[in-house]
Amino acid sequence: MTEEKKTYTFTTRSKVVSNKKMTFMEKIYFPAIIKGMLITFSHLFKKKTTIQYPEVKRNIAEIYRGKHVLKRDDEGRERCTACGLCALSCPAEAITMIAAERKADEMHLYREEKYAKVYEINMLRCIFCGLCEEACPKEAIFLTNEIVPSNYERENFIYGKDKLVEPMDKDKRIDISKRQTTAVLEFKKDKNQSHNN
Amino acid sequence: MDYSFIIYKFTLATVILIISLVVAMYATLIERKMAGFFQDRHGPNRAGKFGILQPLADGLKLFFKEEFMPQSADKFLYILGPSLTMLIALLTSAVIPWGSSIVIGGTEYSLQIADINIGILYVFAILSIGVYGIMIGGWASNNKYALIGAIRAASQMISYELAMGMAIITIVMMTGTLSLGEIVAQQHGFNWNVWYQPLGFFLFLVCAFAETNRAPFDLPECETELVGGYHTEYSSMKLGFYLFAEYINMFISAAMISSLYFGGYNFPFMDDLGLSHNALSLLGSLAFFVKITFFGFLFMWVRWTLPRFRYDQLMRLGWKTLIPLAIVNVIITGLVLMIKNHM
Repeated sequence: MTEEKKTYTFTTRSKVVSNKKMTFMEKIYFPAIIKGMLITFSHLFKKKTTIQYPEVKRNIAEIYRGKHVLKRDDEGRERCTACGLCALSCPAEAITMIAAERKADEMHLYREEKYAKVYEINMLRCIFCGLCEEACPKEAIFLTNEIVPSNYERENFIYGKDKLVEPMDKDKRIDISKRQTTAVLEFKKDKNQSHNN
Repeated sequence: MDYSFIIYKFTLATVILIISLVVAMYATLIERKMAGFFQDRHGPNRAGKFGILQPLADGLKLFFKEEFMPQSADKFLYILGPSLTMLIALLTSAVIPWGSSIVIGGTEYSLQIADINIGILYVFAILSIGVYGIMIGGWASNNKYALIGAIRAASQMISYELAMGMAIITIVMMTGTLSLGEIVAQQHGFNWNVWYQPLGFFLFLVCAFAETNRAPFDLPECETELVGGYHTEYSSMKLGFYLFAEYINMFISAAMISSLYFGGYNFPFMDDLGLSHNALSLLGSLAFFVKITFFGFLFMWVRWTLPRFRYDQLMRLGWKTLIPLAIVNVIITGLVLMIKNHM
């Protein structure tokens, strides 16, 4: 009875190693070298895969998780109420904030009675997971399809409110509708939530 | 020996020195460009149009790098190493015939700096000294990686010099001269040596790769095992000299291959063009540079195709394959020459 030899492979790409002696043609290397050189030569005429970054930008998805934005509401008031849930949810501990109480003459600036006086995200710590966005009950923070630009200094990567809050001007508002999932939209319409009243 | 002769030789030497340096400088850029193209990238293209200023930027960077010397290094030898490498790389260009000659006012000016009658021996002498630059540099830096790299370089260069010499002996047997100018002149038109010595050419080519320490024989600076090989401890312009000498060596090797096997400044149908002597000379020099460019490209092409040999494979290839093949080539050439002479 002949026993069938079984070979086991760990991946689909692994090959069984053999100690087969090289043939004469293989031993002189030359045909293989010519073959290899022709392959590399053909690459001279292939399309380059490089994207010339500052001039050409790669297409990124509309729901890309890039630089954050702190949204305003329709009347231009900051939505953030400095509850700290985003900072709590952040796995990289990139978010810090200092809360302050809204004054009587600041009604047009802040939506809630409490607001974030300082709101900072360390872009070097941030892993762009989007958990802050998920945690936010006020729909104040969203990730956008903008890329955080490079910089020479580490401290310049700590983005304050000056860089994060979207412009007051209605035309310059940042569109995040693509990142608003149905769950978010439902949450927005839920009248049980106090902020929707 | 009159005054104008000295001036003319001095000018020629200067011109060729400058050409060698500029070619080597831009060879670094072309090498990086080619590496990019072979890997579907663009290569350097930020410094100037098509990265044309990249070599200048690289040189400037090397100049401004910290000049570092290990405390335990032998100061004199440490500086001597790169200087020697650079000097020797530049010396060979003196005997290469860069063109036939130019006639101005009835006087013939040869485009070869020194047509010494033992040109080939001179080239070999210089090549053998070439190993010292690397050996001294590796020894003086007092670093184990540098030393291993230097030892590898020395044994590799000495081993491959044998096969290289054997390959050239057949050329000497065929042409009956040791003068490079004479060898090139004999390959008039399309009567190139490569048609008679294809095996010799192939052996010479492989040995030239090994002599210039370039892939697939770049074991002396094998990054994966030896950090940087013999120039591990070098920085600033001393490192620059080592890197730069490699490109000069490549240029000179390409020139040697072109003049020994591919007719140097000769090109097919050169007699049928009906051009004046001077025009033909200039066209010949141009043809020579086209050949050098091709072989320079070949050096890069091979580098970005083949992986590095293992050390024992390298030695086996040199001693057990190339040298026996070279000896067989010498014997066959001798037999053919003998039969030819007796017919």
